[in-house]
Amino acid sequence: MEDLSLHILDIAQNSIAAEASRIEITIREDIRKDLLSIEITDNGAGLDSDTVSRVTDPFYTTRKTRDVGLGLALFNEAVESSNGNLTIKSQKGKGTKVKATFQFSNIDRRPMGNIGETLLVLIIGNPKISFSFLYQKNSKKFSFDTELIKNSINGHLQSSSENIRFIAGTLNDGLKNLGVSA
Amino acid sequence: MPKITPKDLARIREKSRQSTTLREGAGRAKVTVHMGTCGIAAGARDIMSALMKEVESRDVKDVLVTTSGCAGLCSREPMITVELLDQPPIKYVDLTKEKMQKIFEDHVMNGNIVNEYALAVGSERAH
Ligand SMILES: Nc1ncnc2c1ncn2[C@@H]1O[C@H](COP(=O)(O)OP(=O)(O)O)[C@@H](O)[C@H]1O
Ligand SMILES: [Mg+2]
Repeated sequence: MEDLSLHILDIAQNSIAAEASRIEITIREDIRKDLLSIEITDNGAGLDSDTVSRVTDPFYTTRKTRDVGLGLALFNEAVESSNGNLTIKSQKGKGTKVKATFQFSNIDRRPMGNIGETLLVLIIGNPKISFSFLYQKNSKKFSFDTELIKNSINGHLQSSSENIRFIAGTLNDGLKNLGVSA
Repeated sequence: MPKITPKDLARIREKSRQSTTLREGAGRAKVTVHMGTCGIAAGARDIMSALMKEVESRDVKDVLVTTSGCAGLCSREPMITVELLDQPPIKYVDLTKEKMQKIFEDHVMNGNIVNEYALAVGSERAH
C-alpha cells in the first residue's frame, strides 16, 4: 500500500469492524516541526492492553477468515520507514485511538495520496456511522462532520447521486483550498 | 474554507423529499465493495470510486452502494457483491474500473449477470 490515504481507509475499517458509531480522523502537517501526524479515533469495542501490544505483529488477528492480520503491521512499517512513531491507545468497551507521526521531509515518507476519495468512500459506504474529519495544514484547516448533514440525508439512500455529488464536492473544495492535492 | 450553508441543507432536504422511494433498505439494488486490507491493497477504493461515478453520472437514486470487510478471498480482490431485489447475490472478482462499469450497466441497471466476471460457484473457499 503506497499511499497514506489508503492506510487511513484500512485503519478505519478496523474501527468499523469494531462496531464504532463515531470515527474521527485528524491529519496535521506542521512544516516548522517537520511533522505529519495522522490520528484515527473510534468509540468501538476496543482492545485490552495485552492485545494492543501484539497488534503490530503481522501474525496477530482476531478475524476468522484468515490467520494473519496485516493492516496495522503494514501501517507500522510505513511509519517506521520514515522515522516516525505509531501508538495505539485502547480501552475495552470505550474505543481506540491510533496515532502515527512521520518526519514530513523524510525521503521515505509515503505520499498522502487521495485523502478526499478515502473520506468519500468511508462516508458513502457507511451511512450509519458518523465521521468527523480535520485537516490542519500549518495555520490553515478544513473540517467536515457528517453530523452536520445528517438531518438532510437521514431516511434516504446516502449513496444517491445527489448525496455523492454534494459530499464529494464539499470535500474536494475544502481540500483544494488547503492546497492538498488529490 | 467552504462551509455547509443552511441554503445547501434546505436544497438537499428538498431534493430528498421529492424522491420518496429512497428510504434505507428500499433500494432496488445493493452493491457491496469488499474493503479488507487485501482488497484495499488491490485497488478496492478505485472500484468504489468507479461505482460512485456510475451512480453520479446516471443520476441513480435507488442503488445502495456500501462497503464491507474482508471476504476471505484475498487472491481474487478487488471484489464486489451485487444483489438485486429478490435475486441471489452474485460475487464478482479480479475487478478493474472497466469491468465495474460493465457490471453496472449490464447487471445493476439491466438485470443481466455478467458471467465472465462472476465468481464461479464452488470456488468460494478462503485463502
Ligand atoms: N480500532 C480497533 N478497535 C478494536 N480492535 C481493533 C482495532 N484495530 C485493530 N483491532 C484488533 O487488532 C487486530 C489486528 O488488526 P489488523 O492489523 O488491522 O488486522 P485485521 O484487521 O486483518 O485483523 C484486529 O483483528 C482487531 O482484533
Ligand atoms: Mg485491519
